[in-house]
Amino acid sequence: MSNVNNDISHQLQQQIAEAYSSNSPLNICGGGSKDFYGRKIQGDNINITGHSGIISYEPTELVITARAGTPLSEIENALDEKGQMLGFEPPHFADTATLGGTIACNLSGPRRAYRGAARDYVLGSTIINGKAEQLHFGGEVMKNVAGYDVSRLMCGSMGTLGLLLDVSLKVIPKPEAESTVVIECDAQTAIDKVHQWRQQSQPLSASSYVDGKLYIRLASNEASVNAAHKVMGGELIRETNHWHLLKEQQLAFFNTEIPLWRLSLASNATPLSLQGETLYDWGGALRWLRSNESADRIRHAVEALGGHATVFKNNINQIDPFHELSPGIHTMHRQLKLAFDPANILNPGRMYADI
Amino acid sequence: MSLKPLSNDVKQSLIRRLQLILPQDAVLHQNEDIRPYECDGLSAYRNLPLVVALPDSIEQVQTILKLCYELGAPVVARGAGTGLSGGALPHSDGVLLSLAKFKDILSIDPVQCTAVVQPGVRNLAISEAADPHGLYYAPDPSSQIACTIGGNIAENSGGVHCLKYGLTVHNIQSLKMVTMQGELVTLGGTGLDSPGFDLLALMTGSEGMLGVFVEATVKLLPKPQTAKAILAAFDDVVKAGAAVGDIISAGIIPAGLEMMDKLAIKAAEDFVHAGYPLDAEAILLCELDGCDTEVAEHVERVKELLEQGGATEVRVAKDDQERMTFWKGRKAAFPAVGRLSPDYYCMDGTIPRKHLPQVLKTMGELSEEYNLPVANVFHAGDGNLHPLILYDANIPGELERTEEFGGKILELCVEVGGSITGEHGVGLEKINQMCIQFQSAELTQFHAIKNAFDGKGLLNPGKAVPTLHRCAEFGAMHVHNGELPHPELERF
Repeated sequence: MSNVNNDISHQLQQQIAEAYSSNSPLNICGGGSKDFYGRKIQGDNINITGHSGIISYEPTELVITARAGTPLSEIENALDEKGQMLGFEPPHFADTATLGGTIACNLSGPRRAYRGAARDYVLGSTIINGKAEQLHFGGEVMKNVAGYDVSRLMCGSMGTLGLLLDVSLKVIPKPEAESTVVIECDAQTAIDKVHQWRQQSQPLSASSYVDGKLYIRLASNEASVNAAHKVMGGELIRETNHWHLLKEQQLAFFNTEIPLWRLSLASNATPLSLQGETLYDWGGALRWLRSNESADRIRHAVEALGGHATVFKNNINQIDPFHELSPGIHTMHRQLKLAFDPANILNPGRMYADI
Repeated sequence: MSLKPLSNDVKQSLIRRLQLILPQDAVLHQNEDIRPYECDGLSAYRNLPLVVALPDSIEQVQTILKLCYELGAPVVARGAGTGLSGGALPHSDGVLLSLAKFKDILSIDPVQCTAVVQPGVRNLAISEAADPHGLYYAPDPSSQIACTIGGNIAENSGGVHCLKYGLTVHNIQSLKMVTMQGELVTLGGTGLDSPGFDLLALMTGSEGMLGVFVEATVKLLPKPQTAKAILAAFDDVVKAGAAVGDIISAGIIPAGLEMMDKLAIKAAEDFVHAGYPLDAEAILLCELDGCDTEVAEHVERVKELLEQGGATEVRVAKDDQERMTFWKGRKAAFPAVGRLSPDYYCMDGTIPRKHLPQVLKTMGELSEEYNLPVANVFHAGDGNLHPLILYDANIPGELERTEEFGGKILELCVEVGGSITGEHGVGLEKINQMCIQFQSAELTQFHAIKNAFDGKGLLNPGKAVPTLHRCAEFGAMHVHNGELPHPELERF
């Protein structure tokens, strides 16, 4: 468990204080597992991996608190020992993945569609803002509406509002068993079926479609899984590493040099007529597109459906990775950035050029 | 930040110009017309607004906010006014902006499982409209018959089902909001996330301080195949608390897990005759839902755990009707307790569940010290306590003693690592306890966030986040004790 030697919050605070007084930008680094994600920035490295360790874990309270530099695998192992897990099934992308990076990027795996995203599990956090102030928000309780929800705001803000020191997360029990049903069909049929089964309250815990096959993960006891399989048809597989390979982007689909787009849109949107290949996750709400299509065309098509498109990997054309914000929302981002980091020293430009 | 009072000329101009924006009957400023708006669900605090505006279109809301921005007039948004923390208490110099006319469910998408609703739609009305599609809206605050979705989002409301299905923040997909400058923005989208900061999370629970919500897309859930309820009686509240931990440790997340103590049990039983065991010191109500066979397994397991945990009686509802009866008592607990005493004061602290025995013991001691009885209704699964302090406002000084007692309970929650509010919000009621929950650096950060959206400080001024000055005064008052928390307000 926690080791005081692994608490380097004072050093981190001091480094930010110096950067604040000298107005010099900082590049917040963890294990580097998600360095490919977002914009490239200039700045002195400030490394959080030394700020590590589980501070508290109470299985009966369903809460874990750990320092941001704690390896994600350490957290998952500790939970696994007690039959629990992170409900958002975060990708690691490398063994070095830390809790801080996971929360800062708000990336979630296949279970997200049915159990929620990283942001849904965050209960509290301690951060250092751009004025080198150490601040604590939220806590270790499930319900807490005192003050603005800064902890959730930190999720996905990619270190541009504050450096995460520690995070408290709600955890959930592991399902007794999970099995996978595989059905061969076309993409539209896959989308229709997934929605139909969800409406029937089938025990879905993930659903994806790739290379002409629909994969449905069922989380329940054997009798319920068998009953669901009977309704769904297809082949029932007890053990598969499909979901792990999908989460970690190790399926053959992801083995590509051309731009990999992450499209987030309405789950029931019909397959888009864009050049390239698509893998469907989250019941259709998340689509990975391998495509050389122009950014404008892709973004226009997704935006028309109320979604957004990110160049996730292989940004060979060096375009802005994240979808442009509407002017009103952009202004709010600028104002919030100023409210947390007035000197613009925390990961400046990692998300958008001026954020 | 403190607002400059408006001159009489500006006040008159504000009313006149509102009358140009809205029909005559949608601008109320005569004493008898604005009286119904003087308080929300926390009726101990009352204050009349300068004027009440009842717009029925987003354009009207935009024009009103632009006008208020220009004139520097405060704006307090209001849904059904069922809030329990004084969050919708009007400002004497300002507009009470009622969203009551925004009461349409605009669409339901049974395939994507979403509903687009106006802010004045009642919480329960969403589930009723979704019912024909086999869907429902999960967050279910006790006031769900009356409270509106706009208010739910402003407070991040919970309910008895939030341990498994989350709070409002987990069940909102997008939000249309008008800024204090009158600009309409959309947060979130049709997908499960949106680019940039999670503004949707920031807005949820922001208590009307950052913007006015004018439309929301909420997530609907398919109704579970089966739901079963179990009632367990205990001769000791500590045993009941431990049993909650046993269930969760066994890997079971109930759809609802509620505890009531002896006084609450008696009140509820006298009121709705739910068949609660009157000799019990505590009861647990546990609802399990999901696939048929899984629920059947879990019911057996939970029964075993409750018996091993020392329950004196365990009853499984034999059908849906009995299940509803079990819940009826719990859902009616507040009004039921209200029958025991002329007035009651509902608290809303959260604690890590392991501290329940200590918190209940200290609360019992405080109850004796203040000579005020407390009934406890507890969202046991997620550590959210609702102590109901019984008092009589007609006895001079009793409300003040009640508030002081309530403040002590909240401080106790903070002491054991919990929060001063789980789901009712800070509003005006708990503004002093915010000084205990947070240090000045955090409060300053909150003010900076507020300033990012509402630089003039016109939205719901004086609520949710105390000024550092107020905390300094509260600190002093705390030492001396016995002063009123809100001397500026008329007392009832």
